[in-house]
Amino acid sequence: MGAIKKFMYINRTAPYGSIYSLEGLEVALIGAAFDQDVSMAFVDDGVFQLKKGQDTSKSGMKNFSLAYSALGDYDITKLYVEKESLQARGLTVEDLMPLTYEDQDDDYQEKPSIRVVDSEQLADIIAEQDVLLNY
Amino acid sequence: MKFGIVINEGPYQHQSSDTAYHFTKAALAAGHTIVRVFYYHDGVNNGNNLATPPQDDRDIVKRWSALSKEHNLDLVVCVAAAQRRGIVDADQAKRSGKHAENLADGFRISGLGQLIETGIEADRLMVFGD
Repeated sequence: MGAIKKFMYINRTAPYGSIYSLEGLEVALIGAAFDQDVSMAFVDDGVFQLKKGQDTSKSGMKNFSLAYSALGDYDITKLYVEKESLQARGLTVEDLMPLTYEDQDDDYQEKPSIRVVDSEQLADIIAEQDVLLNY
Repeated sequence: MKFGIVINEGPYQHQSSDTAYHFTKAALAAGHTIVRVFYYHDGVNNGNNLATPPQDDRDIVKRWSALSKEHNLDLVVCVAAAQRRGIVDADQAKRSGKHAENLADGFRISGLGQLIETGIEADRLMVFGD
């Protein structure tokens, strides 16, 4: 006990089609209180969770996309987005919300939270984790 | 070893809860510790004591209650998932004005923090179901 563990929440599903992406966001925000080393990964249709300009008004679903911008304030600053998943869906990082955090170790400079990595890099990052939860 | 168990699927529709049950039982028999069983997403339905399976089938809910009693297992149902799906204990039924309570023996309702805590305390967090 006492040692900080590496938690990663892996988001694989599009928002609104199932409850998983909302749950994946909730667990990250609630888990932040435990002061662990938290990161999130967005792969497959999970990359759509970060898409700019989400509009759920005609579907009757709750639009929770703005809450992703709070992640930085909860010290969740590592959002790994898989490059191949973006490419397969015709997306680039410019299509995603410009999520940022203030770096406490660097005079509170605002820095991007989204880090695009290829599947090999992501596999290495996943291999370093202690706890993985899929959404 | 200390295992944490997470169950993401309800009973009967998928095998996840059965597999989790057999894993938990086998781990205990081998002398391992179960930190907690956390019921998440549709998994909260494993704690519904109104379930009435056919007599010649296994009773998944009762089976968990019995295992909890035998080994003093902490069975925790995710509160947000439970509220959405109508799994309520006596206290919640009263507070939200529901006409019934249905949380099975040995289960308790608590928050996602219990999942994180299980991940911290366990040597291995085993997740059953999507």
